[in-house]
Amino acid sequence: MFGFSRAQSIAFVVMVVLIAVSPFVLYPVFLMRVLCAALFACAFNLMLGYVGLLSFGHAAFFGMGSYVAAWTMKVWHVDASIAIIFGGLTGAVLGFFLGYLAIRRSGIYFAMITLALAQMVYFFCLEAPFTGGEDGIQQVPRGHLFWFIDLSNDMTMYWVTAAVFIGGFLLVHRIIHSPFGQVLKGIRENEPRATSLGYRTDDYKLIAFVLSCMIAGVAGGTKALVFGIATLTDVHYSTSGEVVLTTLLGGLGTVFGPAMGALVVTSMENYLAQFGAWVTVTQGVIFMVCVLAFRRGIIGELGAFLRISL
Amino acid sequence: MIMIFGIPGPLLFGQLLLGLINGAFYAMLSLGLAVIFGMLNIINFAHGSLFMMGAFAAWMLLNYVGIGYFPALILAPLLVGIFGIVLEKTIISRLYKLDHLYGLLLTFGLALVIEGLFRNGYGSSGLPYRIPDILQGAVNLGFMYMPIYRGWVVVAALVVCISTWAIIEKTSLGATLRAATENAPLVQAFGVNVPRLITLTYGGGVALAAFAGVLAAPIYSVNPNMGTNFINTVFAVVVIGGMGSIMGSILTGFGLGVVEGLTKVFYPQASATVVFVVMVIVLLVRPRGLFGKAA
Amino acid sequence: MFLTRRSALKTVAAATTLPLVGPALVRPARAQAPSIKIGVLNDLSGPYANTGGTTSVVCAKQALEDFGVATKGMNVEVISADHQNKPDLAVSITRQWFDRDGVDVLMDVPTSSVALALQSVAREKNKVYLNVGAASSALTGEQCSPNFISWCYDTYMLSKSTGGAMVKAGGDSWYFLTADYAFGKQLQDDTSKLVKAAGGKVLGSAPYPFPGTTDFSSFLVQAQSSGAKVLGLCNAGGDTVNSIKQAHEFGLNASMKIAALLMFINDVHALGLETAGGLSLTESFYWDLNEGTRAFTKRVLPKTPNNYPNMIHAGCYSATLHYLKTVADMGVAEAKKDGVATINRMKAMPVEDECFGKSKIREDGRNMVAAYLFEVKTAAESKGPWDYYKLKVTTPADEAWRPLADGHCPFIKA
Repeated sequence: MFGFSRAQSIAFVVMVVLIAVSPFVLYPVFLMRVLCAALFACAFNLMLGYVGLLSFGHAAFFGMGSYVAAWTMKVWHVDASIAIIFGGLTGAVLGFFLGYLAIRRSGIYFAMITLALAQMVYFFCLEAPFTGGEDGIQQVPRGHLFWFIDLSNDMTMYWVTAAVFIGGFLLVHRIIHSPFGQVLKGIRENEPRATSLGYRTDDYKLIAFVLSCMIAGVAGGTKALVFGIATLTDVHYSTSGEVVLTTLLGGLGTVFGPAMGALVVTSMENYLAQFGAWVTVTQGVIFMVCVLAFRRGIIGELGAFLRISL
Repeated sequence: MIMIFGIPGPLLFGQLLLGLINGAFYAMLSLGLAVIFGMLNIINFAHGSLFMMGAFAAWMLLNYVGIGYFPALILAPLLVGIFGIVLEKTIISRLYKLDHLYGLLLTFGLALVIEGLFRNGYGSSGLPYRIPDILQGAVNLGFMYMPIYRGWVVVAALVVCISTWAIIEKTSLGATLRAATENAPLVQAFGVNVPRLITLTYGGGVALAAFAGVLAAPIYSVNPNMGTNFINTVFAVVVIGGMGSIMGSILTGFGLGVVEGLTKVFYPQASATVVFVVMVIVLLVRPRGLFGKAA
Repeated sequence: MFLTRRSALKTVAAATTLPLVGPALVRPARAQAPSIKIGVLNDLSGPYANTGGTTSVVCAKQALEDFGVATKGMNVEVISADHQNKPDLAVSITRQWFDRDGVDVLMDVPTSSVALALQSVAREKNKVYLNVGAASSALTGEQCSPNFISWCYDTYMLSKSTGGAMVKAGGDSWYFLTADYAFGKQLQDDTSKLVKAAGGKVLGSAPYPFPGTTDFSSFLVQAQSSGAKVLGLCNAGGDTVNSIKQAHEFGLNASMKIAALLMFINDVHALGLETAGGLSLTESFYWDLNEGTRAFTKRVLPKTPNNYPNMIHAGCYSATLHYLKTVADMGVAEAKKDGVATINRMKAMPVEDECFGKSKIREDGRNMVAAYLFEVKTAAESKGPWDYYKLKVTTPADEAWRPLADGHCPFIKA
């Protein structure tokens, strides 16, 4: 099913069960934060884990998706589904333009360029009137889904967020386990050879980038609806750094890694909020430990230990 | 008074001069980054934090040991450089066999740790550091008052940048370095201690950043956030200049400082973005940067 | 499997993640005496950590001690968190505090964009929001709320005291250096209006990108060439410190007076008197102002040794103290139940403490205290640690704030 191996199918079922049960035990708003972060990380993982390109500016797509969804919700009073779709479209369109500029390079150059382009987006959001600058777009109503489901109830919003996450998760997985995904893997392994086989590698990479940015935009849009606010933090480079940390910690190139990473990182931020400056230090330390000794991430290590591919 | 594009001439020249001074900082910082990247193929995200450490080292030397500015110009880079060498030996050297991206991620984490620790220890308000007496005061150039200290910054930066470029491009040490980056095993076979060379190069790049930090301490407040404010622009400078090119970084650094200075006169709100706009244009026209080598 | 260093490191790393999930668990309700929880939410690690930060928390706790919660049999707890100046993180923390952790009062909250975001949350959950740190005067104006009180300063009061008083003292032509975002622009607007109303002129302004600008030299040179008598700094925190340092460097202080529109004693400390001497600024509290402020500072200083209290810190103390008096008056259960009722009672009761003396809270949520225009002493004039200010002009409480009608607060019936 969906191209999952047996072990992965079990893990998927476990994950769905956890998602279904946890709002009765844990605080739903916290969980929604985790789910949005997890979806964002899945989108990012598509680029880094499977195409092999580190985008250090992914917050631009997440944040712009957030802003556009917030704006359409607040000003045009559209249906929630349309707001989220707009968020995704924004991510995709922005991804296309920025990707076109960046994709000609690879490796570290790609990372640097995406970082700098994302900084441009940040400054645009800072100055543009519709984003509300420092204040951001506030008091965004949750509105209704499909015109009749009222989203102001936290639990209802949670189920919708969960549905969006699972949908996005499966989409990412489908992209990977498809002929398109195989070509991407081939490009990652040996790009010159892929080119010699006749594949226009830049186009493939760009399409993957656009898809990744679209899903990031959806994650951003959903987040804006959950919290009713879209701010500059969403486009700041620290958010880009955070999604890298999340994916790395969870497990690069694994299916469930990003979700696990999102859970750990969000919990950690929550817990450490009272300790102020130690959050940055702790994040930095985790980054370093992951790169030096824990490169496969939590799920990666778990998978290696159990000799399965998760 | 001559008016150029509606701005009084003297004001314009004043801004150009100020832009040049800013450019000096960009040049110095991107030089360190370019050296480390060109020689070691590592993107040193911690560069901003090391710049900050240089400023703090100067402050600590003054307040804990009583050592003034001019000795600090040599001691602070030395101390921070040694710290850099320790870093390289213990942590960074483990990454050479891996994909370059891990170097980026590691140094990113390192930057977070360093900044967080300094913030915990010293708060974020900033600490005062005086301009040394001999460099105090300003010269009336007619179109503006030019603080002597800023003039000193430009001179010092130029001297350091040009000497570094000369060492790398014109001396045999530099030639060995460049050879080592292209083909380490072969150079090692000639009996050159390549790992040590690499370590010293990293230390050198770090020392450059720290030197810029000491220069910056009297003008910007010495606070843990001072590195992050610079680093994004400096990365853009390096991308524009071409990532492996030393001369490219120096020229682009000064050039962008001037461009930024002009923007501040005509359209101040955009002065932070103009660097990135230039970067996009350069990338469209010449993807490997103005002076870069083809990837 | 051999216990290699790697696998040990990995196991430890994995194990440490487990307790982190713990705090998210909902704790089962335990039957116990209802307790009051005060949540101090501010910037503990960024640019405003010294002007607010842990010293604010210390001062809030001091109020508990001075009020004598133990002797009165009340269960009060003060908790704190770092919002890192990010509105969405603040919203997240605040929702959790209100929904799950039983927090009744939200306190401090610097950074106007964060404060604005939390206005609606506090209103939605009907809790008490006591603002001390955020400067925007819109919070008691167009964005006012019946669950909200702003304690000891805002942009209007700063503009009137610093701007208005300086014009009267001869500084009648101004040039602004403004951080280009909502707070900076508002400060510039408020100050321009007041400067013009007092008979002065605004010769120009230089809006600079915020955040991220560390070098103000170009803008300062433009200010210098404008010929204005006063340089108005519409910024805060590190930007203010940097711009003053650089103004000094370019010799601006020889030809212009520098008015820092938002500056605290901790920023003066960071600059050093050599650079800061001669600056004009407004605060509503100074530790050495009178017997009361000195007594308060003496009590609180051992707990915050390197950071003397400024008006925000004193404001947290004063607000907490008044809140506790109100709760004792209303009864804990009543106070916990209804935020609007608590705020109304706070407005009805007169405020009095050592830091600000007597004051009254207006219907729109504005606590009206006196504003003091201070001039920073030169190094020669300063006789001891943190002896930084000399008082120049006092604006009494009833004149220092924007008139009620001009605020257009929606829930006030005209």
